[in-house]
Amino acid sequence: MTRRAPGTGQWPKPTVPSTSARAMYRLHRVLEPNRAYARLAGWLESHPRAYRAFTRAEEEVKGRTFNCQMCGQCALPATGYACPMSCPKQLRNGPCGGVSPDGMCEVYPDERCVWVVAYERAEQEGHDSDLTMLQRPIDHRQWGRSSWVNYWQGRDERLWTSDDGPASSPRVCADGDPV
Amino acid sequence: MRAEGNGRGGGPEGGRLSRAIADGRFAVTAEIGPPRGADAEAIRRKARLLAGWVDAANITDNQSAHVRLSSFAGSVLALAEGVEPVMQVTCRDRNRIGLQSDLVSAAAVGIPNVLLLTGDHPCFGDHADAKPVFDMDSVALVWTARSMRDHGRLLSGRSLEPRPDWLIGAVENPFSPPERFRARRLGKKIAAGAQFAQTQFVFDIERFEHWLAQVRDLGLDRRCKILAGVGPVRSLRALDYIRTQVPGIHVPEPVVRRLRGVPSDRVAAEGMRICVETVKRLKEIPGVGGVHVMAFGYERAVPEILERAGLAPHRQPAPMGQPAPMGQPAPMGQPASPEGSGRAR
Repeated sequence: MTRRAPGTGQWPKPTVPSTSARAMYRLHRVLEPNRAYARLAGWLESHPRAYRAFTRAEEEVKGRTFNCQMCGQCALPATGYACPMSCPKQLRNGPCGGVSPDGMCEVYPDERCVWVVAYERAEQEGHDSDLTMLQRPIDHRQWGRSSWVNYWQGRDERLWTSDDGPASSPRVCADGDPV
Repeated sequence: MRAEGNGRGGGPEGGRLSRAIADGRFAVTAEIGPPRGADAEAIRRKARLLAGWVDAANITDNQSAHVRLSSFAGSVLALAEGVEPVMQVTCRDRNRIGLQSDLVSAAAVGIPNVLLLTGDHPCFGDHADAKPVFDMDSVALVWTARSMRDHGRLLSGRSLEPRPDWLIGAVENPFSPPERFRARRLGKKIAAGAQFAQTQFVFDIERFEHWLAQVRDLGLDRRCKILAGVGPVRSLRALDYIRTQVPGIHVPEPVVRRLRGVPSDRVAAEGMRICVETVKRLKEIPGVGGVHVMAFGYERAVPEILERAGLAPHRQPAPMGQPAPMGQPAPMGQPASPEGSGRAR
């Protein structure tokens, strides 16, 4: 299901984004959810062909820029706009302990650890405390779905949190028996 | 905050490690690497060497992504041998269903401590063709475990009765970039529920102190028992192995020079001396709550290291643990470190 970096045929590959973090933080303001976006998202979801085209466009843009893997639950705003799903272990809460002294990935020794990149980008823009937020485990049913649509529909609200409260996601309980 | 148990984990009565944390005592843990074969006696033998000397012993989870007897079975065997296990659980091989099931099982058989980590990537192991799972990462797993124990909830939201009651541990690598984030990453694990943390091998004490100063500034040492990782280097081959083959271990030049500067038959003795000196220095550093001794395939060296570092068990007499003669080759043919490099991943 996971898209592999072209040519490697292997694990997701850490990637330095092709745009600056500053530009992305600015762009984010334009993309913040509002009623118009929510209407657009709702319309896309009820028109499968349009949804597919929209999702392909998203994949194209984010794939080129971040090596986006299309997990459908975008963490970029909280990770200095470096995609944690391009980490071979797809860690969403920070780097593993295998980062080499010069900041390289343990699986791809020629690539910089995407979390080292994320930290530098976030810190530069004064967003380093974003990385201390807890990223909850993702919903694997969302792979290949549009994260922009999910975001505008308000489905990403509980993806990360600064509170350390209990796991509370009864909505994923399939048989309607949340407790 | 807890509905049952002793309110701090470590099993219904509170394990030895849990008591060391509650009493603020300098704690000692070690590591047992399970065998590849179905050899229960291998675990029992290593457990007997450590019994009495350590507060608890980690049972590694398919260390370095090599297939071994499971950490669950190993923990049960260690428990029966009178050594309190710390069951390691990595996110590499199981999804959230398997992970939560194993955690519940651990509680059911009375395993008092769990150590939750991401795990090495399969590309480093003996099944490089395996599918890496990584359904969640170590921080999310710590948070999941805490929710299971303190709130009696699975990730699905379903309730858990009775609740598990283990102590929750995590790992950190103070020597890996991004340097300014490492202490905060530990803070993240503590916020998620980690009560103790074991570190990667400390060979570079200055850099370790630098990290620990950040840890203290964040007040993390007061919320979490920090056990500094140590271990003896037994040979130059082992030294090369941990420097080149195990990601995340930093051996500074002065230590390398010391080991290379002695005749080859004295490297093991020098490695022991360095380890003992390191433990002695760590004991004096504020914020260090204990040591975690990793001596893979060389467990019999652990009592000697502790004895020489002034950590002999005044706590309890050691029934079996005879200190190993210095500098002897270990019985296993492997270099010192490959088995347990699951530290801080």
